[in-house]
Amino acid sequence: MKARLMQGNEACAEGALAAGVRFFGGYPITPSTEIAEQMAKELPKVGGTFIQMEDEIGGMAVILGASLGGKKVLTATSGPGFSLKQELIGYAAIAEIPAVIVNVQRVGPSTGQPTSPSQGDIMQIRWGTHGDHPMIALAPWTVREAFDVAVMAVNYAERFRTPVIIAMDEVVGHMREKVVLPEANEIEIYPRRKPTATRAEGYQPFTPAEDLVPNVANFGDGYHIHVTGLIHDETGFPSGNAQLTKECTDRWHQKIARVQDEITHYDEFFMDDAEFVVLAYGGTARSAYAGVEAAREKGIKVGMLRLMTIWPFADKIVKKAAAKAKAILVPEMNYGQLVHEVERAAAGQTQVISLPKYNTEIFEPSEICEAIETMAKEASK
Amino acid sequence: MRTYEKFFRMNRLPHIWCPGCGNGIVMKAIVQAIEKAGLDQDKTVIVSGIGCSSRASGYMNFDTLHTAHGRAIPFATGIKLANPELNVIVITGDGDATAIGGNHFIHGARRNIDLTVVLFNNNIYGMTGGQASPLTPHGKKATTAPYGTVDRAFDPCQLAQAAGATFVARSTTFHVPQTVDAIVQGIGNKGFSLIETITQCPIAYGRKNKLGDAANMLKWMSEHAAPLAAYNKLSDEQKAEKFPIGVLYKGAAPEYSAEYAKLIKQAMEGKK
Repeated sequence: MKARLMQGNEACAEGALAAGVRFFGGYPITPSTEIAEQMAKELPKVGGTFIQMEDEIGGMAVILGASLGGKKVLTATSGPGFSLKQELIGYAAIAEIPAVIVNVQRVGPSTGQPTSPSQGDIMQIRWGTHGDHPMIALAPWTVREAFDVAVMAVNYAERFRTPVIIAMDEVVGHMREKVVLPEANEIEIYPRRKPTATRAEGYQPFTPAEDLVPNVANFGDGYHIHVTGLIHDETGFPSGNAQLTKECTDRWHQKIARVQDEITHYDEFFMDDAEFVVLAYGGTARSAYAGVEAAREKGIKVGMLRLMTIWPFADKIVKKAAAKAKAILVPEMNYGQLVHEVERAAAGQTQVISLPKYNTEIFEPSEICEAIETMAKEASK
Repeated sequence: MRTYEKFFRMNRLPHIWCPGCGNGIVMKAIVQAIEKAGLDQDKTVIVSGIGCSSRASGYMNFDTLHTAHGRAIPFATGIKLANPELNVIVITGDGDATAIGGNHFIHGARRNIDLTVVLFNNNIYGMTGGQASPLTPHGKKATTAPYGTVDRAFDPCQLAQAAGATFVARSTTFHVPQTVDAIVQGIGNKGFSLIETITQCPIAYGRKNKLGDAANMLKWMSEHAAPLAAYNKLSDEQKAEKFPIGVLYKGAAPEYSAEYAKLIKQAMEGKK
C-alpha cells in the first residue's frame, strides 16, 4: 500500500475498521473526536453503523448492546468521558462482552486541560471500574502502531471476550506521520466466537472453553441466552453462591493471566550492554528514545524498554531488566503513576527513578538526556 | 400447558416479587402481547435495566439482557442497530427510566428508534426499599420523603410524546386486556413506543401511604383511571381526580434503524 500522511487518531480508526469493527457509538470529546468523525464517514461505506449518543454512558451502553447483537464494536473518548464510562466497562468485564475503548488521554482531573497531552489515566485504565477484574491496555507510540494496536485490541477483545483499552495520549492521537498501512490480506483477524454445541447438546452460554473464555451466542441466534451484570453461573443466571463468586472472579483473571507472556508487547533498544534503563510508553517514549540516543553519544551505556502492553503489567520484563540495571528511569506525562508498578516489579533489585511531567508540555529529549546523565552520575558516586 | 408458557423460563419461576406485587401481571401481559403479535421467539430480545421490574427479563424465554441501572434503552438501541431484524422490547421501572435513565429515555424517543418500552410504574424504588422516584406523586410518602415528597412528578407519557415517540399508551394492572392490547399496538408501531403500566407496590409504596392491600390498590386504579375519550369530556375539577388510560398518542415519523439502513445503502453505492 502506498505511503500516506496520517494522524494517530485516524490510523486508530482505520485499524479498527481493518480488524472488522462495524459499529461505533460515542460522544464528541477532545482530543479523541477525529476517531468518531472518521468512523461516521467510513462505517456506512462498509455496511457498518455509527451513532452519536446523548452522552458518554450511552456511548458505552450502545456498543455493548451492538456487540451482543453480533458486531465488533469501538468507542473513543478522553478523560472526562472515560470516567463516565467506567461502570459499563465493568459490565463488559463481568458479562464478558467484547468491546474496545480508546482513551486519548488529556490533562485532568475533571475538565483539566482539554487540549493538552497527558498519561494521567494509566491507573484509572487499570482500576477505574469498581470491583476486581482483569484489564488489557495497549499504548501505541507511532501513528503506524496506532493502526496495529487497534487491530490487536479488537482481536484481543473478541478472543478473550473482555473490554480492551487503547491507552492513547494526545501526542500520538494528534501527531501526523508518513505511514504505510498493511494490505487487508496481511492482517490477522480473530473472528467472533461461536457456540460449539446446541441447547439440546447441553450448551450453556457461560461454560468456559479450554482457554477459559466462554463461547457466548449472539442475540438472535436462537439460543435464548440471559446476560446480566450480576455474578452468574454457566447458565448466565445470577447466583449469590460464595464459592461460585470466587470461581468466577478467578476465571476472569486467569483467562488473561494464562496468556500474559503472549500479550506482553514491548521493544528493547540498546539493552545488550545497558547499565541504565529508561522505561517509557506512548508519546513519551518518542522523546525518551531521542534522549537515550543523545546520552549514548555522550558515552553513557543506557538502554530503553518501551512498553506497548501497559496492562497486564510487564512484570517479568521489568524484573529481568532490574536485575542487570544500576537504575531505571521512568519518564511519564503525569505525577508519577506507572513508576509504582516498575518499583513493584523491580522488587528492590535496583533504584527506580520517577521523572514526572504534568505541566501540559511534552518531554524534550534533552530533559530525558539530562536525567539520564544525573542518574549515571549519582550511580558512580 | 397454556400457550404462552413457552415464553417463560419455567425453571426460573416462581419470581422474587413480593406478595401482591403487580409486576407479574405486566410481565404476563407482555408475553401475551408477544404471542398475539406473532413475534418470532428467536428474533425477539428483552432488555431491562435495574430494579424490581427489570428482574422480569430473567423469567422470559427469549434472548434477554439485564443491563445496568438506567441503561436499558441505549443497550437496546445497540442491539436494534446491530441487527434490525430483531424485535426489541425494553422493560424498565419508574426510577430506571425517568431518573437515572431519563436522558436515554428522551433521546430514544427523539430518534424514534423501533423499541417497545414497557414502563412498570409503581411510583417508588421498590428494590432498595421504598425511596421516592420522579414518578412518586407530589406529597406522597417514601423512606426518603418521610414528610411527603416536595418534588413534582413527571408525566412519562407526555414526556415521551414531547420527545418524539410515535406511540404512547397508559394502562394499569387492573386493566389487563387493555394492557395487552396497548403492548400489541406498541409492538406494531415501527418506531419508539411507550406503554406506561401503573402497577401496585403494596409493600414499599402502598403501606407507607396507607393505600391498603393489593386488592385495594387495584380498586383505586379501577376508580381513578378513565379511558381517554371519557377523560377528555371531564371538567378540570373532575380531571384532577382521574388519569387517562388507553392509547394517548399516535404519530408518524421516520424510524431510526430504517433511516440508517438507507444511509448505508447510499454509502455503499458510493453516493455522498
